[in-house]
Amino acid sequence: MTDTILETAGLTREFSGFVAVDGVSLRVETGTIHALIGPNGAGKTTCFNLLTNFLTPTRGTIKFKGEDITGMKPAMVARRGLVRSFQISAVFPHLTALENVRLALQRARGASFDFWRPETALNVYNDRALELLHDVGLPDLGNAVVADLPYGQKRALEIATTLALDPEMMLLDEPTAGMAHGDVDTIVQLIKRIRKGRTILMVEHNLSVVEGLCDTITVLTRGRILAEGDYATVSKNPEVIAAYLGSSDA
Amino acid sequence: MFGFSRPQLIAFLAMLALIIVCPFVVYPVFLMRVLCMALFACAFNLMIGYVGLLSFGHAAFFGMGGYVTAWTMKVWHLDASIAILLGGVTGGVLGLCLGYLAIRRSGIYFAMITLALAQMVYFFCLEAPFTGGEDGIQQVPRGHLFGFIDLSNDMTMYALVACVFLGGFLLIHRIIHSPFGQVLKGIRENEPRTTSLGYRTDDYKLIAFMLSTSLTGIAGGTKALVFGIATLTDVNSSTSGEIVLTTLLGGLGTVFGPVMGSVVMVSMENYLAQFGAWVTVTQGVIFMFCVLAFRRGIIGEIGNFLKLKL
Ligand SMILES: Nc1ncnc2c1ncn2[C@@H]1O[C@H](COP(=O)(O)OP(=O)(O)OP(=O)(O)O)[C@@H](O)[C@H]1O
Ligand SMILES: [Mg+2]
Repeated sequence: MTDTILETAGLTREFSGFVAVDGVSLRVETGTIHALIGPNGAGKTTCFNLLTNFLTPTRGTIKFKGEDITGMKPAMVARRGLVRSFQISAVFPHLTALENVRLALQRARGASFDFWRPETALNVYNDRALELLHDVGLPDLGNAVVADLPYGQKRALEIATTLALDPEMMLLDEPTAGMAHGDVDTIVQLIKRIRKGRTILMVEHNLSVVEGLCDTITVLTRGRILAEGDYATVSKNPEVIAAYLGSSDA
Repeated sequence: MFGFSRPQLIAFLAMLALIIVCPFVVYPVFLMRVLCMALFACAFNLMIGYVGLLSFGHAAFFGMGGYVTAWTMKVWHLDASIAILLGGVTGGVLGLCLGYLAIRRSGIYFAMITLALAQMVYFFCLEAPFTGGEDGIQQVPRGHLFGFIDLSNDMTMYALVACVFLGGFLLIHRIIHSPFGQVLKGIRENEPRTTSLGYRTDDYKLIAFMLSTSLTGIAGGTKALVFGIATLTDVNSSTSGEIVLTTLLGGLGTVFGPVMGSVVMVSMENYLAQFGAWVTVTQGVIFMFCVLAFRRGIIGEIGNFLKLKL
């Protein structure tokens, strides 16, 4: 018996007449890795923005763990356990790697409005932060200023920061984009390790990554769902093949 | 101590020594002006340097703080400490109101809205009866501190101003190096990411804005007390512009930059005053020079050269 953790109904977003996401009804099962694929401009990132309420849908509803979260503040969605990453690596460049992760751990204190307390109040999170950095393959980099790190390490750091919130569901927007081959493998291994007890929805262009990782695949073109199923089914679908051959990428 | 790094601590002690020694060498009223502007600039820097929001309306809080301190001193004959605090409260409350309207915008829109709202405050001050319109509130007595310290002596007044400045300076430093300040830096670095971690960034920005405007109000109140006058000049948008320039000149997002900027700006106003309009022209040229040649500002460039965070 499988549970649904995230479910959308008729999710639609228009940008001044242009329909970027068109009536998407998506169901993600608890504990799976679900891929959202599709050519450039298909509306994948827009979908992520809608799911995390960074954008409000023109129409449609979003349910997370049975609760309607449509129109909720994005910060509140994150607190409920649905945490996203970004397509463009989202780190805090002028902070150290440790501070990056700690900023997520610090959320556990509740609202940190205590401007009168010294920063040392946050040292209790240092061990956990270092542990997380270790987990994503960045040991000994705690004091490194993030702006100086290579791209692959920034992405790993971003995952460590997201993991620090221990979210039930993670949305990863192209976690391996722009990475060298070796780095891609590191991230794939990392995702395999962190999937325990979590649900992951990821956008990914690299189909061999999708094949190796994902249980279910949803193909999006021009804002609509074109096909859905496991890799074997989807990759044989003639419409999917046509859509992918029609675009330069993939 | 207070989260100062070693070089910062040395710089702080040097600044402290100067604050103690200077009044015996330099005219104290000039120094008091520098310290009031320095506190103003530090408070402004809290927003632009650590939250990444450019307020173009900070004169509203500075000027209103000045009016309230001056008025309560002159009419209610309050204790100087209370009057200055009321200046700060005024800055804070006004900051809450204007900030509430402006904080959801970012970048240039935030700057425009703060500018527009500050212009409304200016017109309010121009028309409201208690501000004395074009004349301002004049002949404000310096009164007493804690009921028994007479502030009419320049040296005594200087000691108070120095304490207010140092208190504000250290408070700002603490704010920056607090759990709260850490979230502010997150917002400055990457606001969407901070939101995605579950922080309601608007709340943080608004509180930071209020802290900044409260300290600005205190700076304005202190200045009004020093000079015994509160006028429209301090609420004027040109003062808002001047504080942007001061902070930029000293170094955005550095701890000591705004202080250094104030020293330079106030000295310039003081010594170039005899040339009339040339002050403004000189400031304009310096501003352009800053933007083109040394963007980090004086302290920022020094820090960069020495590879230190000052
Ligand atoms: N804020 C916006 N305003 C107007 N149009 C937008 C906006 N955001 C996205 N779009 C448009 O919506 C469409 C879908 O964009 P989206 O970023 O979701 O695509 P994507 O599937 O993530 O593509 P990619 O693989 O390139 O990341 C694009 O045509 C884009 O131009
Ligand atoms: Mg995208």
